[in-house]
Amino acid sequence: MQIYLPIAEVSVNAFTLVGLGGIVGLMSGLFGVGGGFLITPLLFFIGIPPAIAVATGANQVVASSVSGVLAHMKRKSVDFRMGWVLLAGGLVGSWLGVAIFNILQNMGQLDLVVQLCYVVFLGLIGMMMLQESLRTLRRSKTNPTYRKRLHQHNWIHRLPAKMKFRASGLYISVFPPLLLGVAVGVLAAIMGVGGGFIMVPAMIYLLGMPTKVVVGTSLFQITFVTAFTTLMHAVSYNTVDIMLAVLLILGGVVGAQFGTTLGAKLRAEQLRILLALLVLLVCGKLALDLFLTPDDLYEIVAGIN
Amino acid sequence: MRFGPAILCLSLLAGSALAQDAVVTEDPGAVALPLENSPAAPTAGQVHPVEQVVAGLSSDSVAITASFDGSEILIYGAVKRETPIPQGPPLQIIVTVEAPSRSATVWRKERKAGIWINSESVQIGAAPGFYAVATSGPLDQILLPEWDNRYRISLSHAMRAFAGQIAVESAVPFTEALIRIREQEGLYRLDQGSVSLIDQTLFRADVRLPANLVEGAYKTRIFLLRNGEVMDVFVAPINVRKVGLERWLYRLAFDQPLVYGLMSLGIAVFAGWGASAAFRKLRRA
Repeated sequence: MQIYLPIAEVSVNAFTLVGLGGIVGLMSGLFGVGGGFLITPLLFFIGIPPAIAVATGANQVVASSVSGVLAHMKRKSVDFRMGWVLLAGGLVGSWLGVAIFNILQNMGQLDLVVQLCYVVFLGLIGMMMLQESLRTLRRSKTNPTYRKRLHQHNWIHRLPAKMKFRASGLYISVFPPLLLGVAVGVLAAIMGVGGGFIMVPAMIYLLGMPTKVVVGTSLFQITFVTAFTTLMHAVSYNTVDIMLAVLLILGGVVGAQFGTTLGAKLRAEQLRILLALLVLLVCGKLALDLFLTPDDLYEIVAGIN
Repeated sequence: MRFGPAILCLSLLAGSALAQDAVVTEDPGAVALPLENSPAAPTAGQVHPVEQVVAGLSSDSVAITASFDGSEILIYGAVKRETPIPQGPPLQIIVTVEAPSRSATVWRKERKAGIWINSESVQIGAAPGFYAVATSGPLDQILLPEWDNRYRISLSHAMRAFAGQIAVESAVPFTEALIRIREQEGLYRLDQGSVSLIDQTLFRADVRLPANLVEGAYKTRIFLLRNGEVMDVFVAPINVRKVGLERWLYRLAFDQPLVYGLMSLGIAVFAGWGASAAFRKLRRA
């Protein structure tokens, strides 16, 4: 069934969109990530203009992260204080990101920067996750009594303006979480992602937060930042396609629920290796596109500067 | 594409002509389009052409609904004449349908530090998003280049104007790329021989409008040709507009962006909450 998207002004198959949303939702339920880093490139691929893919992708992430954060609030695995600090940084970052987005689009370099961001971040995180989960898998086989320390102390714990984060059991400077919030906010606006795939490892490895509150807190912050990003894109550039969003969300919320159920039945280390491989796969595909000679050296972009 | 080489060669010629046009034109945004219904006939002093087009469209408006999947437009008509059919080569018909012109930027990628990045661009002031040409015979045989230049009929003439300064050495490859890419996407189309003409009097053409239409006033032109010269032109508008939900959403997004944005968020939050609530109930049951 073809459907005409009112803002994107293209006609696409409705079932394809619901299916895409479903697959991404399944991933997000399975791995606890927003799935924005998959949905945005997939939308490019089916011919949605980049600006609309990014803005609508952000809107879709709002739906999946609301669903996730509600579940985490029930389990009391959200550090609200940390969430608010990250959010304060995130709103500034999102505002900055939407401005940068516009500049890049006028320069004709939007696609390149978005792709580069994906390649760099997905590559780094994929490698880190793969290494980490392979190590734990090996350790749990050879030494089942191994227990990780709560967190390691590093230079981040020596910065000024310290603040207590009770739910995380941390007493650290507000600057690292604030800056992390800004960085993820910028990425959320430029890449149309929630930034969970950067936020989660950064919270564990840089801030030293305990794993049990990481996902809930990151989802809490992501909900607000992507909501703000969606609104900014809608108001400044009219690029949110509600019809597209509804179809993606429809597939996404159902997929996410199945993913959560499925995730409970699989082993955590195996899941992380799978996610790491998936992240590296997307990264490799994007990197190839950057380095290989394109089919057509020319490209048409609507509008003039 | 069956007529690939012919088109490419035409666009090569026309591309360079266009580039020169833009340099001499003072206001690049305004390239005059000859629109007169009855053009100056080849022989001077003649008020009415000997042969005239009378035509109709199956519909003068296209409604874009949520399930819009392209549309077919039937263009039919007859040749009106008060004298017997003139001797010589047979009559030919060309039908064009074009979308309203919009601006665009054509970028060329270049390899820098190993990766391909957009380096040079040409700004196109006006080019239709859709342009279809249907003919009753091979275009290069039924239309002389000077008449093509005058009425801007062939695909290579689809681009209407440049915008701003041209910073590149030659704009020709860029305009060629614009036409080539849009041809590949099916947005620019040349269907030679698709107009059927009976007894040099009755004709019909079916033009398929793609699913990826944009709104606006589309224009249909019907050219009557003899000896490669345009004898008469008939112009008719086709109004393409979104209707119903599509129209409402589009207007809301542009007139009340804040309300629209909040509505998008509301739907997302509600869907996220609703799904988790519904699945909790399902699991309990």
